[in-house]
Amino acid sequence: MTAPRTAGPTGGYAFKLVREGAGRRAIDVGRIRLGVTIGLFGIAFAVLAGRLVELTLFAEAEPRPTRVVAAKPEPGRAAIQDRNGLLLATNLTTASLYARPKAMLDVPGAAEKLARVLPEIDAASLTERLSGEKQFAWIKRHLTPRQQQEVNALGLPGIGLAPDHSRIYPQGALTAHVVGYVDPDSRGLAGIERSFDGALRRGEAAELSIDLRVQHALRDELLRSVERHQALAAAGLVMDIASGEILGMVSLPDFEPQRPGAAEREALFNRAALGVYEMGSTLKAFTTAMALELGATSLDHKFDARAPLQYARFSIRDDHPKNRWLSVSEVFVYSSNIGSARMAMDVGIARHRQFLGSLGLLEAVRLELLENGQPLVPRPWREINTLTIAFGHGLAITPVQLVAGYAALANGGIAVTPTLLKRTGPVEGRRVVSAETSVQMRRLMRAVVEQGTGKQAEAEGYLVGGKTGTAEKAGRGGYQRKALLSSFVGVFPADAPRFVILAVLDEPKGRKDTNGYATGGWTAAPAVARIVNRIAPVLGVMPTGRMPLDMLPPLIAPEAGAGGMFEEEPTRGPVHEIAAHGDQLATR
Amino acid sequence: MTALATAPIADTSILGRWWSSIDRWLLAALLILLAVGAVLTLAASPAVASRLGLDSFHFVKRQLGLMPIALGLALTISLLSPRGVRRLGTLLFVVFLGLTFATLWMGVEIKGARRWLHLGGFSLQPSEFLKPCFAVAAAWMFAARQDNPTFPANLMAIALYVAVMAALLAQPDVGMAAVVTAIWAGQFFLAGLSLWWVASILLLGLGGAVAAYLVFPHVASRIDRFLDPGKGDSFQIDRAIEAFGQGGLLGRGPGEGVVKQVLPDAHTDFIFAVAAEEFGLLVCLGIVVLFAFIVLRGLVRALGQVDYFAMLAAAGLMVQFGVQAVINLGVNLHLLPTKGMTLPFVSYGGSSLLALALGIGMTLALTRRLPDAGRLR
Repeated sequence: MTAPRTAGPTGGYAFKLVREGAGRRAIDVGRIRLGVTIGLFGIAFAVLAGRLVELTLFAEAEPRPTRVVAAKPEPGRAAIQDRNGLLLATNLTTASLYARPKAMLDVPGAAEKLARVLPEIDAASLTERLSGEKQFAWIKRHLTPRQQQEVNALGLPGIGLAPDHSRIYPQGALTAHVVGYVDPDSRGLAGIERSFDGALRRGEAAELSIDLRVQHALRDELLRSVERHQALAAAGLVMDIASGEILGMVSLPDFEPQRPGAAEREALFNRAALGVYEMGSTLKAFTTAMALELGATSLDHKFDARAPLQYARFSIRDDHPKNRWLSVSEVFVYSSNIGSARMAMDVGIARHRQFLGSLGLLEAVRLELLENGQPLVPRPWREINTLTIAFGHGLAITPVQLVAGYAALANGGIAVTPTLLKRTGPVEGRRVVSAETSVQMRRLMRAVVEQGTGKQAEAEGYLVGGKTGTAEKAGRGGYQRKALLSSFVGVFPADAPRFVILAVLDEPKGRKDTNGYATGGWTAAPAVARIVNRIAPVLGVMPTGRMPLDMLPPLIAPEAGAGGMFEEEPTRGPVHEIAAHGDQLATR
Repeated sequence: MTALATAPIADTSILGRWWSSIDRWLLAALLILLAVGAVLTLAASPAVASRLGLDSFHFVKRQLGLMPIALGLALTISLLSPRGVRRLGTLLFVVFLGLTFATLWMGVEIKGARRWLHLGGFSLQPSEFLKPCFAVAAAWMFAARQDNPTFPANLMAIALYVAVMAALLAQPDVGMAAVVTAIWAGQFFLAGLSLWWVASILLLGLGGAVAAYLVFPHVASRIDRFLDPGKGDSFQIDRAIEAFGQGGLLGRGPGEGVVKQVLPDAHTDFIFAVAAEEFGLLVCLGIVVLFAFIVLRGLVRALGQVDYFAMLAAAGLMVQFGVQAVINLGVNLHLLPTKGMTLPFVSYGGSSLLALALGIGMTLALTRRLPDAGRLR
């Protein structure tokens, strides 16, 4: 066929046509390449013919045995474990019952027999379900071994058992928000199940930082507090401040991960990692540390708290006004809004923002969950924002962020990345405050428990430091006096801190035995004390007979007449003040 | 022009002109192939049909009923001039591209992919028809530069390709995407793509294959099983290889095969193995030679075309036909990893049969020796 075509009687005209210039060249290139293509196909068919001869004439005469591995063995979804190797999620190989209606001989009879073995099946409705034009139908997923045997013993044609996997959560609701849950086909939908879906499928187990014993104590005590104070919800965290490992993470209400469908949407929400809140006074620790780092010279440096701070139309006031100059220590221990605002004002907007940023409060944490809350940061950030954020309003952060910030203040000044995975290598961190500031913060936090609003966080035998927070929740039309977010952040042992513990209660109610108070000091602080008492032995913290920090001279001279514990009043953002002054929120 | 003088029959009626200009060798090969397809469908499909609980001759009736329609379609289209092919191909390209996208919303999900549309009583796989039409539309883009040097031929061809790929990968249908890529790359190559680019596209194609391996788990599993048969399920291919061995030189005889009793895809992807078991090496060699003849004959005829568009389009259609045949035969002979691809005109499948008729009809039309085919306009 490649003979010169000009010679043929019928095929010659094609090449004789004169085409000019580029068109001619393109056709020529095309023809050469078409020749190459023809050659390649020729080779391909020659190889096929050769292989055909080989397989038909020279293959081994014996038929190859059918391998029994009809389906590739599923590696199965890997387990999730706590830091001590206890199972949080695992796989159970089960069998699921199906029907191929077309292959069934007697549908009603088979349904009857199945209903006798599996009482939850209704013979009539099953008969109806299998009578349609269906090729395939599941009858029941995940049969027990006994049920499997009984179904097999029936020997029904068209009825079969397919290997299946069921995800099991031995700890139930205890680690529900951390571990998450899967859909019926074992695809991760939330928590670690979702964020590590790929790895778990590949058979790589996840070893979490969670300590089941700590988790249990944390949840148990939070449940008790929720019940005691009829709170809507609660969140709690325990973090190792040296490594950033989260030993416990609880969000209440919670749910049974085995049946996430049965849970309310509220219960599925992870308040500890995904929820963002205006935390109130607990943020004053950051303001104070910043002042010590950048502004004030010492703990005795005084700030003017003689009168409410007026800024434009806003008025920032203390609820138990001292009406005098307050030292850094007093601002913190008395939880003075005015003093905190003045501290931040002295430092200035830019450095305030930069300092909070260095603590990781202005960006979402990269915790190993997809449920990581994005903090609500004011944009633009004006001076009024600096003033209110100084005492905990106008910036909404997640509980994980709060705890991570406290970890940096307490551990000697190094910001560590919070993690839900057990750390194996060395921990990397950035210095955010000096070691001296960290020591001073420990003293201040201890003083809050010794002399201030956090007295009920005192756990017998252990040194606890910390800070209370009681924030009015922002609602429609301003801050709501009766809807509080009450919290306590504890660090312990206060003299050489190893752990940060957070308890947050959403709208706790006051009780007779709390004198009607629902503040952080009355609701969250006792929870933290109970948690410390339960987890300290587990974490290897020895009770201290002597209290080294107590030997330091008191930070605040006891006030004449003040005597007992003074009560922290709720903080609120400036919006409420606007309302109180008859202005409209919309005028901002 | 000497063309008129050398035309063997000076009949000027439409049919007369058709008969004198058509490639009668290619036509004869097509008829033989259809006959082979009918026989093999009779051999392979009743076993599958009764296994599926259908009437034994379910597939036979459908396929043999469609064959005259397919043949009529091919012959009718072969009457067209190259310009007519260009119009028809481009129009159908637009229609079937739309329908292929429509499968994403209105399609029926079968085994995890949406490739089929249910229209009234029958189902249609628009992407089968998209393949030949794409070859024609892309050829037009490449050829348009001849008439208008400023026409952004490459860009347009790339745009067409991207549109088709988007539809196919969304379904997903990796095999079809691979065939379309082969057509497109082949035409680009013929259209004078610089060798540097040819090398780059080869590398890119290799990258695409690796990406498909990494992205689509079913692709990865098939390739793993091909490279390491000990791993997992190689049931179909084991049975197929066995069938070739059992067939030997002359086969077990018609109807004596057993592999069709167990192979799920005996009537489609593995029909060649059934043929080998029942009819033996000689018949199968004949089938391979028949396919080689059609592909090579078609390409050689394309080579002889004066019209640039006709050459590119015919070559693209033949590359599609050839790649499909080579892949199916290669899979049957365990030279390639398992890939659901039909053996043209032989495997059962209505959409595939009609689409192939469309493609071969256009090839016949494009490879006619028309005395006035020197220019399109």
